[in-house]
Amino acid sequence: MSEAGKAREPLFSAKNMKLLSNPLSKENPITIQVLGICSALAVTVQVKPALVLAIAVVAVIAIANVIASLLRKMIAPRIRIIVQLVIIATLVIIVDQVLKAFVYDVSKQLSVFVGLIITNCIVMGRLEAFGMANPPWKSFLDGVGNGVGYGVILVIVAFFRELFGSGTLMGYQIIPDSVYDFGYENNGLMILPPMALIVVGVIIWVQRHRDKELIDKS
Amino acid sequence: MKGLRRFVDKIKPPFEKGGKLHFLHSTFDAFETFLFVPNTVTKKGAHIRDVIDMKRTMIMVVIAVMPLMLFGMFNIGIQHYLLQPEFSGNTWQTIIPEVGFWKILWYGVLKFLPLIVVSYVAGLGTEFVFAQVRGHEVNEGFLVSGILIPLIVPPTVPLWMVALATIFAVIFGKEVFGGTGMNIVNPALLARAFLFFAYPAHMSGDAPWVASGSVDIISGPTPLASAASGTLDNFPSVMDMFLGFMPGSVGETSALLILLGGLFLVITGIGSFRIMASVFAGGFGMALLFNLWGANTYMDMPAFYHLIIGGFAFGAVFMATDPVSAAQTPKGKIIYGVLIGVFSVLLRVLNPAYPEGMMLAILFMNVMAPMIDHYVLAGNIKKRQKRLKTIKTEEV
Repeated sequence: MSEAGKAREPLFSAKNMKLLSNPLSKENPITIQVLGICSALAVTVQVKPALVLAIAVVAVIAIANVIASLLRKMIAPRIRIIVQLVIIATLVIIVDQVLKAFVYDVSKQLSVFVGLIITNCIVMGRLEAFGMANPPWKSFLDGVGNGVGYGVILVIVAFFRELFGSGTLMGYQIIPDSVYDFGYENNGLMILPPMALIVVGVIIWVQRHRDKELIDKS
Repeated sequence: MKGLRRFVDKIKPPFEKGGKLHFLHSTFDAFETFLFVPNTVTKKGAHIRDVIDMKRTMIMVVIAVMPLMLFGMFNIGIQHYLLQPEFSGNTWQTIIPEVGFWKILWYGVLKFLPLIVVSYVAGLGTEFVFAQVRGHEVNEGFLVSGILIPLIVPPTVPLWMVALATIFAVIFGKEVFGGTGMNIVNPALLARAFLFFAYPAHMSGDAPWVASGSVDIISGPTPLASAASGTLDNFPSVMDMFLGFMPGSVGETSALLILLGGLFLVITGIGSFRIMASVFAGGFGMALLFNLWGANTYMDMPAFYHLIIGGFAFGAVFMATDPVSAAQTPKGKIIYGVLIGVFSVLLRVLNPAYPEGMMLAILFMNVMAPMIDHYVLAGNIKKRQKRLKTIKTEEV
């Protein structure tokens, strides 16, 4: 690979921007690739933990992707999975410590799910599919794109679940008391995990309705 | 009638192909076929001529629940007046002459009618919207669900909750799977499950029935709720429970009328006798097992009580037999029915969080039904292959 010989691609070329924007819509990790569903169900009861986890995942994927990409020529193919795991696990432990230091209550709420970022299929999948085969800058964009694509869905689901399940957003009451006096009540089903699955299902439904290309032909 | 026909014919042209209002044609079709027998005839291909169609099937079920519904309304009135302080000390036998039959019935009608109207308007509205968007015809699938939903929720539940639950059930129970006949679970039960999990305070425990002093609220714990809390003291007599004079959702109280409705369904060939009988057998068997164990009062409760309190009988006759979501093979129907009975009694007795296990048991077995059928079929194929083999070896 003689990159110096070729005309250098601008940092924000259309192709590179695609790496960033595609995971948001057409290759969304949750709604299209259906990865990382378990954490989407578990941490989306409220917006705050969902947001924190989303940021954590973005950081882990982006940095891990860059590291994997930097090391890609040194890693022997036979042990690549182990090396990837070491990279991800290190980053996750750092993220976990940072969360514990700065947002302790949210970190307690997320509990095991921070640690479980290690096993989040999206992280592993991006490293294996992209980081190991592409230069660092592209890997970085791809990591950020996928992390954000995952995070956006998480926050959307959490938005609906917190709004209808508890009447609050980010912990602040949104639905006014006058509505409750009128006989409105919070929907307890929204707080239960199955509803997250249904909300994700509705998002998938809406997305495929708008973009007919995504509909499976089978 | 003729005037109506002429009127429909007059307003028809814009709805036909090429007409201005063609996009509304499925709504128009729905109303036209509701009023008149369709005049289109199938011309090509082989088809079966039979008097039974979906509309007929659905109407039969509606007829079967009619007596139940009327009695249920009357019972709401009785339970209401029994809890009024000025009538305390009365039983249902003495309260009827005291308050007056019509006054009692009228109270029940006023409580129950809004539920039916809301359920039909919300459900049919959703169906019409989907039919419009997808360009197919509105079909009769919701006729039965629409009447079953008000029958299985407590009459005190707020109307907007019923509407929300109905819309949820029609969309996620039916339309996402492709509409009537494609549903995996029973839509009416899904509506109840939605209410049960979303607004538990209104659906279970003592809450929907606790007296609050307000004249409007019907009260008193259902037998099921008091059994779950470990006491059988304030149980009505067995005869009252069988006839249905006890607090409960509108449709579920009268075991006698449910059995009559079931008989009607079996005779007309709409409901499956296998399923009904095996649900009762499964529930009774499980309750007997608990009697043997007898670790607490609830387990010691006579086994047949389980069949007449709560929604057991109603679920067995009208819910479990839903031809779409039940098992299809004869053997599968028995497995399906027995397991519903077993699970519902199991949930009732062992899980304090769910005083009524019938709903969850049926929903669970609805999901399992295709698998049961698959294995029954596979077993049958295996048996036949074996027979074929033995015949061949005998010939040799």
